[in-house]
Amino acid sequence: MIRIAVADYGAGNLVSIARALEVVGAEPVLVRDAEALRGTDALIVPGVGAAAPAMERLRRRALVEPIRTWIADGRPYLGICLGLQLLFAGSDEDGAATLGILGGRTIKLADAPTLPHIGWNTVEVSTEAPLFSGIASGTAFYFVHSYVAAPDDRTTVIAQAEHGSRFPAAIARDNLLGVQFHPERSGVDGLRLLANFAAIAAGTPRAGTSRTAAAVLA
Amino acid sequence: MLSRRVIPCLDVAGGRVVKGTRFVDLTDEGDPVELAARYAAEGADEIVYLDIGAAPEGRGTLLELVQRTARSVFIPLTVGGGVRSVREMRDVLRAGADKVSLNSAALADPTLINRCAARFGRQAVVVAIDAAREPDPVGPDRQGHWVAYARGGRDHTGLDAVAWAQRAVELGAGELLVTSIDRDGTGAGFDADLLRAISAVVPVPVIASGGAAGPDDFVRAIRDGGADAVLAASIFHRRIYSISAIKAAMAAAGLPVRVVTGQAA
Repeated sequence: MIRIAVADYGAGNLVSIARALEVVGAEPVLVRDAEALRGTDALIVPGVGAAAPAMERLRRRALVEPIRTWIADGRPYLGICLGLQLLFAGSDEDGAATLGILGGRTIKLADAPTLPHIGWNTVEVSTEAPLFSGIASGTAFYFVHSYVAAPDDRTTVIAQAEHGSRFPAAIARDNLLGVQFHPERSGVDGLRLLANFAAIAAGTPRAGTSRTAAAVLA
Repeated sequence: MLSRRVIPCLDVAGGRVVKGTRFVDLTDEGDPVELAARYAAEGADEIVYLDIGAAPEGRGTLLELVQRTARSVFIPLTVGGGVRSVREMRDVLRAGADKVSLNSAALADPTLINRCAARFGRQAVVVAIDAAREPDPVGPDRQGHWVAYARGGRDHTGLDAVAWAQRAVELGAGELLVTSIDRDGTGAGFDADLLRAISAVVPVPVIASGGAAGPDDFVRAIRDGGADAVLAASIFHRRIYSISAIKAAMAAAGLPVRVVTGQAA
Protein backbone atom coordinates (compact mmCIF):
# COMPACT_ATOMS: atom_id res chain seq x y z
CA MET A 1 0.00 0.00 0.00
CA ILE A 2 1.19 3.48 -0.85
CA ARG A 3 2.15 5.36 2.31
CA ILE A 4 1.51 9.09 2.13
CA ALA A 5 2.97 11.38 4.77
CA VAL A 6 0.75 14.26 5.86
CA ALA A 7 2.58 17.07 7.61
CA ASP A 8 0.94 17.57 11.01
CA TYR A 9 2.07 21.01 12.11
CA GLY A 10 -1.15 22.39 13.50
CA ALA A 11 -2.53 24.04 10.36
CA GLY A 12 -5.28 22.29 8.51
CA ASN A 13 -7.99 19.69 8.61
CA LEU A 14 -6.01 16.47 8.97
CA VAL A 15 -8.99 14.27 9.79
CA SER A 16 -10.48 14.83 6.35
CA ILE A 17 -7.21 14.44 4.46
CA ALA A 18 -6.23 11.27 6.30
CA ARG A 19 -9.65 9.73 5.79
CA ALA A 20 -9.78 10.76 2.11
CA LEU A 21 -6.42 9.03 1.56
CA GLU A 22 -7.77 5.87 3.17
CA VAL A 23 -10.81 6.01 0.92
CA VAL A 24 -8.60 6.13 -2.19
CA GLY A 25 -6.56 3.16 -0.95
CA ALA A 26 -3.49 4.90 0.46
CA GLU A 27 -2.16 4.76 4.00
CA PRO A 28 -1.92 8.19 5.63
CA VAL A 29 1.02 8.74 7.98
CA LEU A 30 0.74 11.85 10.14
CA VAL A 31 4.21 13.34 10.32
CA ARG A 32 5.30 15.58 13.20
CA ASP A 33 9.04 15.26 12.69
CA ALA A 34 11.55 14.34 10.01
CA GLU A 35 12.04 10.85 11.38
CA ALA A 36 8.43 9.95 10.63
CA LEU A 37 8.99 10.66 6.92
CA ARG A 38 11.14 7.56 6.65
CA GLY A 39 9.50 4.84 4.57
CA THR A 40 6.81 7.04 3.10
CA ASP A 41 6.20 7.36 -0.64
CA ALA A 42 4.79 10.84 -0.91
CA LEU A 43 4.28 13.97 1.16
CA ILE A 44 1.22 16.17 1.50
CA VAL A 45 1.60 19.56 3.16
CA PRO A 46 -1.87 20.93 3.96
CA GLY A 47 -2.58 24.22 5.62
CA VAL A 48 -4.92 27.12 6.01
CA GLY A 49 -4.37 30.53 7.50
CA ALA A 50 -1.41 32.85 7.28
CA ALA A 51 2.12 32.06 6.11
CA ALA A 52 4.19 33.43 9.01
CA PRO A 53 2.67 31.28 11.79
CA ALA A 54 2.72 28.25 9.49
CA MET A 55 6.44 28.68 8.73
CA GLU A 56 7.08 29.17 12.43
CA ARG A 57 5.32 25.90 13.28
CA LEU A 58 7.17 24.03 10.52
CA ARG A 59 10.44 25.36 11.95
CA ARG A 60 9.49 24.35 15.47
CA ARG A 61 8.89 20.80 14.22
CA ALA A 62 12.21 20.93 12.32
CA LEU A 63 10.35 20.09 9.12
CA VAL A 64 11.62 22.92 6.88
CA GLU A 65 14.90 21.31 5.78
CA PRO A 66 13.42 17.82 5.37
CA ILE A 67 10.69 19.28 3.12
CA ARG A 68 13.33 21.10 1.02
CA THR A 69 15.37 17.93 0.73
CA TRP A 70 12.31 15.87 -0.14
CA ILE A 71 11.47 18.20 -3.00
CA ALA A 72 15.10 18.53 -4.13
CA ASP A 73 15.19 14.74 -4.40
CA GLY A 74 12.24 14.86 -6.77
CA ARG A 75 9.95 12.97 -4.43
CA PRO A 76 6.16 13.34 -4.86
CA TYR A 77 4.89 16.42 -3.01
CA LEU A 78 1.37 17.80 -2.94
CA GLY A 79 0.82 21.19 -1.34
CA ILE A 80 -2.78 21.98 -0.49
CA CYS A 81 -3.82 25.65 -0.22
CA LEU A 82 -1.17 27.15 2.09
CA GLY A 83 0.99 24.09 1.33
CA LEU A 84 1.08 25.33 -2.28
CA GLN A 85 1.69 28.96 -1.36
CA LEU A 86 4.61 28.11 0.94
CA LEU A 87 6.57 26.81 -2.06
CA PHE A 88 7.16 30.37 -3.26
CA ALA A 89 9.63 32.92 -1.93
CA GLY A 90 7.36 34.99 0.24
CA SER A 91 3.84 36.07 1.07
CA ASP A 92 2.33 39.51 0.70
CA GLU A 93 -0.17 38.59 3.43
CA ASP A 94 2.22 39.08 6.30
CA GLY A 95 5.59 39.56 4.59
CA ALA A 96 6.75 36.11 5.67
CA ALA A 97 9.66 34.52 3.86
CA THR A 98 8.51 31.09 2.74
CA LEU A 99 10.31 28.04 1.30
CA GLY A 100 11.50 29.70 -1.92
CA ILE A 101 11.54 26.46 -3.90
CA LEU A 102 9.64 28.07 -6.78
CA GLY A 103 10.23 31.62 -8.01
CA GLY A 104 7.40 34.02 -7.33
CA ARG A 105 5.27 35.24 -4.45
CA THR A 106 1.91 34.80 -2.82
CA ILE A 107 -0.23 37.84 -3.59
CA LYS A 108 -3.73 39.02 -2.73
CA LEU A 109 -6.38 37.83 -5.18
CA ALA A 110 -7.01 40.90 -7.34
CA ASP A 111 -10.44 42.38 -8.15
CA ALA A 112 -12.33 39.73 -6.18
CA PRO A 113 -16.03 40.56 -5.70
CA THR A 114 -15.93 38.81 -2.31
CA LEU A 115 -12.98 37.96 -0.06
CA PRO A 116 -12.16 35.44 1.26
CA HIS A 117 -12.89 33.47 -1.91
CA ILE A 118 -15.04 30.74 -0.36
CA GLY A 119 -16.95 28.07 -2.21
CA TRP A 120 -16.99 25.79 -5.21
CA ASN A 121 -15.36 27.22 -8.30
CA THR A 122 -14.74 25.71 -11.70
CA VAL A 123 -11.19 24.81 -12.60
CA GLU A 124 -9.87 24.96 -16.14
CA VAL A 125 -7.24 22.35 -16.68
CA SER A 126 -4.85 23.64 -19.29
CA THR A 127 -2.58 20.70 -19.93
CA GLU A 128 -2.58 16.93 -19.91
CA ALA A 129 -1.69 16.70 -16.23
CA PRO A 130 -1.63 13.26 -14.55
CA LEU A 131 -2.97 14.94 -11.37
CA PHE A 132 -6.22 15.70 -13.25
CA SER A 133 -6.47 12.35 -15.01
CA GLY A 134 -10.16 11.49 -15.47
CA ILE A 135 -11.26 14.95 -14.25
CA ALA A 136 -12.88 17.12 -16.90
CA SER A 137 -11.83 20.72 -17.33
CA GLY A 138 -14.63 22.84 -15.84
CA THR A 139 -15.07 20.62 -12.78
CA ALA A 140 -15.78 22.53 -9.53
CA PHE A 141 -13.53 22.26 -6.47
CA TYR A 142 -13.85 23.84 -3.03
CA PHE A 143 -11.72 26.94 -2.37
CA VAL A 144 -11.13 28.87 0.86
CA HIS A 145 -8.46 31.57 0.57
CA SER A 146 -7.72 35.26 -0.04
CA TYR A 147 -4.18 34.95 -1.42
CA VAL A 148 -2.93 33.20 -4.54
CA ALA A 149 0.37 32.06 -6.00
CA ALA A 150 2.02 34.29 -8.60
CA PRO A 151 4.68 32.02 -10.10
CA ASP A 152 7.54 33.51 -12.15
CA ASP A 153 7.41 30.44 -14.37
CA ARG A 154 3.92 30.43 -15.87
CA THR A 155 4.54 27.04 -17.47
CA THR A 156 4.16 25.46 -14.01
CA VAL A 157 0.47 26.46 -13.97
CA ILE A 158 -1.57 23.39 -14.98
CA ALA A 159 -5.00 24.67 -13.98
CA GLN A 160 -6.62 28.05 -13.44
CA ALA A 161 -9.72 29.43 -11.77
CA GLU A 162 -11.33 32.86 -11.82
CA HIS A 163 -12.81 35.04 -9.08
CA GLY A 164 -12.54 38.64 -10.22
CA SER A 165 -9.23 37.72 -11.83
CA ARG A 166 -7.64 34.50 -13.01
CA PHE A 167 -5.24 32.72 -10.71
CA PRO A 168 -3.37 29.38 -10.54
CA ALA A 169 -5.63 26.60 -9.22
CA ALA A 170 -2.88 24.02 -9.59
CA ILE A 171 0.83 23.97 -10.35
CA ALA A 172 3.20 21.18 -11.33
CA ARG A 173 6.92 20.82 -11.90
CA ASP A 174 7.58 17.12 -12.32
CA ASN A 175 6.65 15.51 -8.97
CA LEU A 176 6.24 18.85 -7.24
CA LEU A 177 2.50 19.52 -7.21
CA GLY A 178 0.22 22.03 -5.56
CA VAL A 179 -3.46 22.86 -5.54
CA GLN A 180 -5.07 26.04 -4.25
CA PHE A 181 -8.40 24.26 -3.59
CA HIS A 182 -9.15 21.55 -1.02
CA PRO A 183 -9.43 18.11 -2.68
CA GLU A 184 -10.33 16.58 0.70
CA ARG A 185 -13.43 18.82 0.74
CA SER A 186 -14.32 18.58 -2.95
CA GLY A 187 -16.49 15.47 -3.04
CA VAL A 188 -15.84 12.67 -5.56
CA ASP A 189 -13.73 14.83 -7.84
CA GLY A 190 -11.42 15.73 -4.97
CA LEU A 191 -11.08 12.07 -4.06
CA ARG A 192 -10.24 11.30 -7.69
CA LEU A 193 -7.48 13.91 -7.62
CA LEU A 194 -6.04 12.39 -4.44
CA ALA A 195 -6.21 8.95 -6.06
CA ASN A 196 -4.26 10.38 -8.99
CA PHE A 197 -1.65 11.72 -6.59
CA ALA A 198 -1.39 8.28 -4.96
CA ALA A 199 -0.90 6.77 -8.44
CA ILE A 200 1.86 9.29 -9.17
CA ALA A 201 3.48 8.31 -5.87
CA ALA A 202 3.19 4.63 -6.74
CA GLY A 203 5.34 5.21 -9.80
CA THR A 204 8.18 6.74 -7.74
CA PRO A 205 10.69 4.94 -5.47
CA ARG A 206 10.26 5.14 -1.71
CA ALA A 207 11.77 7.64 0.66
CA GLY A 208 14.79 6.44 2.56
CA THR A 209 16.48 5.33 -0.65
CA SER A 210 17.70 8.85 -1.29
CA ARG A 211 21.14 9.76 -0.04
CA THR A 212 20.32 13.36 0.72
CA ALA A 213 17.21 12.34 2.65
CA ALA A 214 19.21 9.75 4.57
CA ALA A 215 21.84 12.35 5.39
CA VAL A 216 19.25 14.76 6.78
CA LEU A 217 17.52 12.07 8.78
CA ALA A 218 20.78 10.72 10.22
CA MET B 1 -17.23 30.74 -12.09
CA LEU B 2 -17.90 30.68 -8.36
CA SER B 3 -21.09 28.73 -7.58
CA ARG B 4 -23.82 29.99 -5.30
CA ARG B 5 -23.96 27.52 -2.44
CA VAL B 6 -26.92 25.61 -1.05
CA ILE B 7 -26.35 24.59 2.56
CA PRO B 8 -28.60 22.33 4.64
CA CYS B 9 -28.52 23.05 8.36
CA LEU B 10 -28.94 20.24 10.89
CA ASP B 11 -29.92 20.99 14.47
CA VAL B 12 -28.09 18.51 16.65
CA ALA B 13 -28.17 17.65 20.36
CA GLY B 14 -26.64 14.69 22.11
CA GLY B 15 -25.17 13.47 18.83
CA ARG B 16 -28.56 13.20 17.09
CA VAL B 17 -30.57 15.33 14.70
CA VAL B 18 -33.35 16.92 16.69
CA LYS B 19 -36.40 18.95 15.92
CA GLY B 20 -38.31 21.00 18.44
CA THR B 21 -39.32 24.37 19.62
CA ARG B 22 -36.53 26.34 21.20
CA PHE B 23 -34.89 23.66 23.32
CA VAL B 24 -38.15 21.98 24.40
CA ASP B 25 -40.08 19.04 23.00
CA LEU B 26 -37.06 17.86 21.07
CA THR B 27 -37.73 14.83 18.94
CA ASP B 28 -35.08 12.48 17.62
CA GLU B 29 -34.87 12.75 13.86
CA GLY B 30 -32.02 10.37 13.23
CA ASP B 31 -28.29 10.14 12.72
CA PRO B 32 -26.67 13.40 11.54
CA VAL B 33 -23.95 11.57 9.63
CA GLU B 34 -26.48 9.60 7.57
CA LEU B 35 -28.44 12.74 6.81
CA ALA B 36 -25.28 14.73 5.98
CA ALA B 37 -24.14 11.97 3.62
CA ARG B 38 -27.52 11.94 1.92
CA TYR B 39 -27.41 15.71 1.44
CA ALA B 40 -23.86 15.53 0.11
CA ALA B 41 -25.02 12.96 -2.43
CA GLU B 42 -27.92 15.21 -3.44
CA GLY B 43 -25.53 18.09 -4.12
CA ALA B 44 -25.24 20.02 -0.84
CA ASP B 45 -22.27 22.37 -1.11
CA GLU B 46 -21.57 22.39 2.62
CA ILE B 47 -23.14 21.06 5.82
CA VAL B 48 -23.88 23.13 8.93
CA TYR B 49 -24.40 21.54 12.34
CA LEU B 50 -26.03 23.76 14.90
CA ASP B 51 -25.53 22.29 18.37
CA ILE B 52 -28.72 23.41 20.06
CA GLY B 53 -27.95 21.42 23.19
CA ALA B 54 -24.67 23.30 23.54
CA ALA B 55 -24.30 22.23 27.16
CA PRO B 56 -20.68 22.00 28.32
CA GLU B 57 -21.14 18.36 29.32
CA GLY B 58 -22.29 17.52 25.80
CA ARG B 59 -19.13 18.74 24.05
CA GLY B 60 -17.55 15.30 23.92
CA THR B 61 -20.56 13.93 22.06
CA LEU B 62 -20.45 16.82 19.60
CA LEU B 63 -16.74 16.35 18.91
CA GLU B 64 -17.27 12.65 18.32
CA LEU B 65 -20.08 13.47 15.90
CA VAL B 66 -17.88 15.98 14.04
CA GLN B 67 -15.17 13.37 13.76
CA ARG B 68 -17.54 10.72 12.40
CA THR B 69 -18.89 13.22 9.88
CA ALA B 70 -15.48 14.40 8.70
CA ARG B 71 -14.52 10.80 8.11
CA SER B 72 -17.41 10.02 5.80
CA VAL B 73 -18.60 13.26 4.22
CA PHE B 74 -16.09 14.98 1.94
CA ILE B 75 -17.65 18.41 1.71
CA PRO B 76 -17.06 21.33 4.09
CA LEU B 77 -18.53 21.20 7.57
CA THR B 78 -19.36 24.21 9.74
CA VAL B 79 -20.21 23.79 13.41
CA GLY B 80 -22.08 26.38 15.43
CA GLY B 81 -23.54 26.55 18.89
CA GLY B 82 -21.81 27.04 22.17
CA VAL B 83 -18.24 27.77 21.07
CA ARG B 84 -16.98 30.34 23.59
CA SER B 85 -13.20 30.22 23.39
CA VAL B 86 -10.19 29.72 21.14
CA ARG B 87 -9.64 26.39 22.86
CA GLU B 88 -13.19 25.18 22.13
CA MET B 89 -12.83 26.27 18.52
CA ARG B 90 -9.53 24.41 18.29
CA ASP B 91 -11.19 21.23 19.56
CA VAL B 92 -13.98 21.47 16.98
CA LEU B 93 -11.54 22.11 14.12
CA ARG B 94 -9.24 19.35 15.29
CA ALA B 95 -12.20 16.96 15.24
CA GLY B 96 -12.55 17.70 11.53
CA ALA B 97 -14.76 20.77 11.10
CA ASP B 98 -13.61 23.35 8.56
CA LYS B 99 -15.30 26.37 10.08
CA VAL B 100 -16.84 27.41 13.35
CA SER B 101 -19.78 29.72 13.64
CA LEU B 102 -19.72 32.20 16.53
CA ASN B 103 -22.82 34.00 17.75
CA SER B 104 -23.70 34.85 21.37
CA ALA B 105 -20.14 34.48 22.62
CA ALA B 106 -18.91 36.96 20.01
CA LEU B 107 -21.62 39.44 21.00
CA ALA B 108 -20.61 39.09 24.64
CA ASP B 109 -16.91 39.47 23.83
CA PRO B 110 -16.16 40.65 20.28
CA THR B 111 -12.41 40.07 20.79
CA LEU B 112 -13.22 36.35 20.51
CA ILE B 113 -13.54 36.95 16.75
CA ASN B 114 -10.04 38.37 16.29
CA ARG B 115 -8.47 35.87 18.65
CA CYS B 116 -10.00 32.98 16.70
CA ALA B 117 -9.13 34.55 13.33
CA ALA B 118 -5.53 35.17 14.41
CA ARG B 119 -5.13 31.57 15.48
CA PHE B 120 -7.00 29.72 12.71
CA GLY B 121 -7.33 32.22 9.87
CA ARG B 122 -10.41 34.26 9.08
CA GLN B 123 -11.62 31.67 6.57
CA ALA B 124 -12.44 29.40 9.53
CA VAL B 125 -14.46 32.03 11.40
CA VAL B 126 -18.13 32.46 10.55
CA VAL B 127 -20.06 35.01 12.57
CA ALA B 128 -23.75 34.22 12.83
CA ILE B 129 -26.07 37.19 13.23
CA ASP B 130 -29.68 36.72 14.30
CA ALA B 131 -31.51 39.92 13.39
CA ALA B 132 -35.04 41.26 13.75
CA ARG B 133 -36.50 44.38 12.20
CA GLU B 134 -37.56 47.21 14.48
CA PRO B 135 -39.85 50.00 13.46
CA ASP B 136 -38.06 53.33 13.57
CA PRO B 137 -40.73 56.02 13.62
CA VAL B 138 -38.22 58.82 14.05
CA GLY B 139 -35.84 57.62 11.37
CA PRO B 140 -35.51 59.63 8.17
CA ASP B 141 -36.98 56.97 5.91
CA ARG B 142 -39.25 55.29 8.48
CA GLN B 143 -37.99 51.98 7.13
CA GLY B 144 -36.79 50.80 10.46
CA HIS B 145 -33.57 48.95 11.09
CA TRP B 146 -32.43 45.53 12.29
CA VAL B 147 -31.25 44.66 15.75
CA ALA B 148 -28.94 41.76 16.60
CA TYR B 149 -30.16 39.22 19.13
CA ALA B 150 -28.17 36.84 21.31
CA ARG B 151 -28.94 33.43 22.81
CA GLY B 152 -31.02 31.99 20.01
CA GLY B 153 -33.11 35.11 19.51
CA ARG B 154 -33.97 35.61 23.15
CA ASP B 155 -31.76 38.55 24.11
CA HIS B 156 -32.17 41.94 22.48
CA THR B 157 -28.65 43.39 22.33
CA GLY B 158 -29.59 46.86 21.14
CA LEU B 159 -26.83 46.56 18.53
CA ASP B 160 -27.67 47.59 15.00
CA ALA B 161 -27.32 44.36 13.00
CA VAL B 162 -25.69 46.03 9.99
CA ALA B 163 -23.17 47.86 12.18
CA TRP B 164 -22.45 44.63 14.05
CA ALA B 165 -21.89 42.85 10.72
CA GLN B 166 -19.32 45.46 9.70
CA ARG B 167 -17.62 45.30 13.08
CA ALA B 168 -17.49 41.48 12.97
CA VAL B 169 -15.79 41.58 9.57
CA GLU B 170 -13.30 44.21 10.75
CA LEU B 171 -12.49 41.93 13.68
CA GLY B 172 -11.84 38.96 11.41
CA ALA B 173 -15.04 37.19 10.38
CA GLY B 174 -14.47 35.44 7.04
CA GLU B 175 -18.17 34.86 6.42
CA LEU B 176 -21.47 36.03 7.87
CA LEU B 177 -24.46 33.78 8.45
CA VAL B 178 -27.42 36.14 8.57
CA THR B 179 -30.69 34.84 9.97
CA SER B 180 -33.89 36.83 9.95
CA ILE B 181 -35.71 36.12 13.20
CA ASP B 182 -38.85 37.63 11.67
CA ARG B 183 -38.81 35.14 8.82
CA ASP B 184 -37.37 32.07 10.53
CA GLY B 185 -39.91 29.26 10.48
CA THR B 186 -42.54 31.35 8.69
CA GLY B 187 -41.93 30.25 5.11
CA ALA B 188 -42.29 33.90 4.08
CA GLY B 189 -38.97 33.89 2.23
CA PHE B 190 -35.54 35.21 3.21
CA ASP B 191 -35.40 38.86 4.27
CA ALA B 192 -33.79 40.23 1.10
CA ASP B 193 -33.71 43.80 2.50
CA LEU B 194 -31.69 42.68 5.51
CA LEU B 195 -29.37 40.62 3.31
CA ARG B 196 -28.89 43.52 0.90
CA ALA B 197 -28.21 45.97 3.74
CA ILE B 198 -25.41 43.72 4.98
CA SER B 199 -23.97 42.31 1.74
CA ALA B 200 -23.68 45.84 0.33
CA VAL B 201 -21.31 46.93 3.10
CA VAL B 202 -19.07 43.91 3.75
CA PRO B 203 -16.53 42.23 1.42
CA VAL B 204 -17.01 38.72 2.83
CA PRO B 205 -19.57 36.15 1.61
CA VAL B 206 -23.02 36.38 3.20
CA ILE B 207 -25.06 33.24 3.87
CA ALA B 208 -28.83 33.82 3.90
CA SER B 209 -30.91 32.03 6.51
CA GLY B 210 -34.47 32.06 7.85
CA GLY B 211 -37.72 31.80 5.95
CA ALA B 212 -37.06 29.57 2.95
CA ALA B 213 -40.21 28.02 1.55
CA GLY B 214 -39.48 27.39 -2.10
CA PRO B 215 -36.97 27.73 -4.95
CA ASP B 216 -37.93 31.34 -5.72
CA ASP B 217 -36.87 32.37 -2.22
CA PHE B 218 -33.36 31.04 -2.84
CA VAL B 219 -33.13 32.91 -6.12
CA ARG B 220 -34.31 36.18 -4.53
CA ALA B 221 -31.91 35.92 -1.58
CA ILE B 222 -29.06 35.83 -4.07
CA ARG B 223 -30.34 38.14 -6.78
CA ASP B 224 -32.03 40.75 -4.58
CA GLY B 225 -30.23 40.17 -1.29
CA GLY B 226 -26.73 39.80 -2.71
CA ALA B 227 -26.23 36.58 -0.74
CA ASP B 228 -23.42 34.26 -1.74
CA ALA B 229 -25.03 31.17 -0.23
CA VAL B 230 -28.39 30.07 1.11
CA LEU B 231 -29.06 27.94 4.14
CA ALA B 232 -32.25 26.08 5.00
CA ALA B 233 -33.39 23.28 7.28
CA SER B 234 -36.99 22.18 7.33
CA ILE B 235 -37.74 22.26 3.61
CA PHE B 236 -34.93 19.74 3.12
CA HIS B 237 -35.57 17.66 6.25
CA ARG B 238 -39.27 17.34 5.46
CA ARG B 239 -38.38 16.52 1.86
CA ILE B 240 -40.53 19.37 0.56
CA TYR B 241 -37.75 20.12 -1.92
CA SER B 242 -34.57 18.23 -2.66
CA ILE B 243 -31.31 20.12 -2.87
CA SER B 244 -31.03 19.18 -6.53
CA ALA B 245 -34.50 20.64 -7.22
CA ILE B 246 -33.50 23.92 -5.58
CA LYS B 247 -30.29 23.99 -7.59
CA ALA B 248 -32.14 23.27 -10.82
CA ALA B 249 -34.40 26.26 -10.15
CA MET B 250 -31.39 28.45 -9.36
CA ALA B 251 -29.69 27.35 -12.58
CA ALA B 252 -32.88 28.05 -14.55
CA ALA B 253 -32.82 31.59 -13.09
CA GLY B 254 -29.31 32.03 -14.46
CA LEU B 255 -27.39 31.56 -11.21
CA PRO B 256 -24.17 29.50 -11.26
CA VAL B 257 -24.57 26.29 -9.26
CA ARG B 258 -22.50 23.17 -8.88
CA VAL B 259 -24.25 20.23 -10.45
CA VAL B 260 -23.46 16.89 -8.90
CA THR B 261 -23.45 13.90 -11.18
CA GLY B 262 -22.43 10.40 -10.28
CA GLN B 263 -22.37 8.94 -6.82
CA ALA B 264 -22.03 10.42 -3.39
CA ALA B 265 -18.82 11.39 -1.71
